[in-house]
Amino acid sequence: MYTEKVMDHFMHPRNVGEIENASGVGTVGNAKCGDIMRIYLDIDENQVVRDAKFKTFGCGAAIATSSMATELIIGKTVQDALKVTNKAVMEALDGLPPVKVHCSLLAEQAVNAALWDYAKKNNLTIEGLKPPVDDVDELEEEEEE
Amino acid sequence: MIYMDNAATTRMSERAFEAMRPFFMEQYANAAGTYSFANASKEAVENARKQIARVIGAKPAEIFFTCGGTESDNWALKGVAQAYAGKGKHIIISAIEHHAILHSAQALEKQGWDVTVMPVDEYGMVSAEAIDAAIRPDTVLVSIMAANNEIGTIQPLAAIGAVCKKHGVLFHTDAVQAFAHIPLNVDEMHIDLLSASGHKFHGPKGVGFLYVRKGVKLTPFMDGGAQEKKRRAGTTNVPGIVGMGAAAEEAAANMEAAMAKVSAIRDHMIARIEKEIPYCRLNGHRTERLPGNVNFCFRFIEGEGMLMLLDANGICASSGSACTSGSLDPSHVLLAIGLPHEIAHGSLRMSLSEATTMEEADKAVDALLTIIPRLRSMSPLYEDFVRQQA
Repeated sequence: MYTEKVMDHFMHPRNVGEIENASGVGTVGNAKCGDIMRIYLDIDENQVVRDAKFKTFGCGAAIATSSMATELIIGKTVQDALKVTNKAVMEALDGLPPVKVHCSLLAEQAVNAALWDYAKKNNLTIEGLKPPVDDVDELEEEEEE
Repeated sequence: MIYMDNAATTRMSERAFEAMRPFFMEQYANAAGTYSFANASKEAVENARKQIARVIGAKPAEIFFTCGGTESDNWALKGVAQAYAGKGKHIIISAIEHHAILHSAQALEKQGWDVTVMPVDEYGMVSAEAIDAAIRPDTVLVSIMAANNEIGTIQPLAAIGAVCKKHGVLFHTDAVQAFAHIPLNVDEMHIDLLSASGHKFHGPKGVGFLYVRKGVKLTPFMDGGAQEKKRRAGTTNVPGIVGMGAAAEEAAANMEAAMAKVSAIRDHMIARIEKEIPYCRLNGHRTERLPGNVNFCFRFIEGEGMLMLLDANGICASSGSACTSGSLDPSHVLLAIGLPHEIAHGSLRMSLSEATTMEEADKAVDALLTIIPRLRSMSPLYEDFVRQQA
């Protein structure tokens, strides 16, 4: 059902954890629907993502997409990190089953929410950054601390 | 491999497999044939009917072969509803029925039947008193499963049957998980119709039966030939029926010993999990429970991840999480026993068989001892919980 890459990122997830005093934290999804992703970002003074960590409650695909999303954004500028779409995450994982596409949307939204939190904390305007959406795919509410 | 998904399907009994074997290449006659070549097929089918009837205290003529539990459930509900539409259009089911019953009832609802769905208590138990109160003058059928496929709770069939009998209402039970696993008697329990499926008790897939008490009217579900006394058309599945009969006979002969053996392993697993893994909850009734059913919810984690990590350890199990149900909602059974969504997502079912060993049970629990903390360490819900505790 899952590609080798998905299995690899599920069995050996990269960047699991928390970042203390993170530059930005984003949590999306809700427990009711069975997925919650939280992404922590450490962003340096040049607006480059120095580190990213994640915590995910969800299925194998949710864990794998979180892991891949953090991999894809580390080392990127905030602007470039924002351009990491769910499609990019899916491609990097060699695809996801159709019912799991929403996991990749959730990963994209978690990154977005963490960047939003970073922008808010620093009073920055980042071009193209939108407020975290409440509705990811069919997921309804967003749960934020 | 450690196979703990026997509620999904079972390995075939070797005896049943051997019983089937001649009916593929040698005795391949259509059981409806008039030539003597068909005699062995006919006799074998009638023998299987006897083997199955004996297990539930029925008469062989009351056993009708189908292609499985789903067909039997569909036929019981829709066949009775149509045959008795003149008497009334109300049926009663429970909230934890298998989808074969739930969706059949919904189909009837669309055609104008009124369906009452009985709630269950926190253990998944239906109340016979509540059914007593729910029966109306226009009620024609009560359908309550014998034992639940997910959480293993065994229903008070005799009490429900007595209530139905008192009111003159037909009683169907979906016994797919219970037949040949626990004692069932259609007379003592006042059961009028009973569904079962061959592959749940070490018989073949693609065959099942419906017990229909003599005198109960039922419109045919399959229209066609005159097989099964014109009640169920379609060429008789001789090998399947023979295999199911042999498996039923074997399981029934061995039932008491199997129940004792399997439930001891079940209770060992339950005790270890409760002792060694924090924040878990046993789902289903502790004692009124199928011998092979272990079902827990583990807080802060989701079922599919558990299944994938168990699989990586060579262990086959199942879950009622949304991810494994193909929808956004977790299992209706777990919601019916009152679990919130986020807890229901973290369910794990391990269903044992007589072949399960104590060593395998320990290996499975040992695997959980590393899998659950590992998933919790990745969970934002657990992170929040730990922070709140601090």
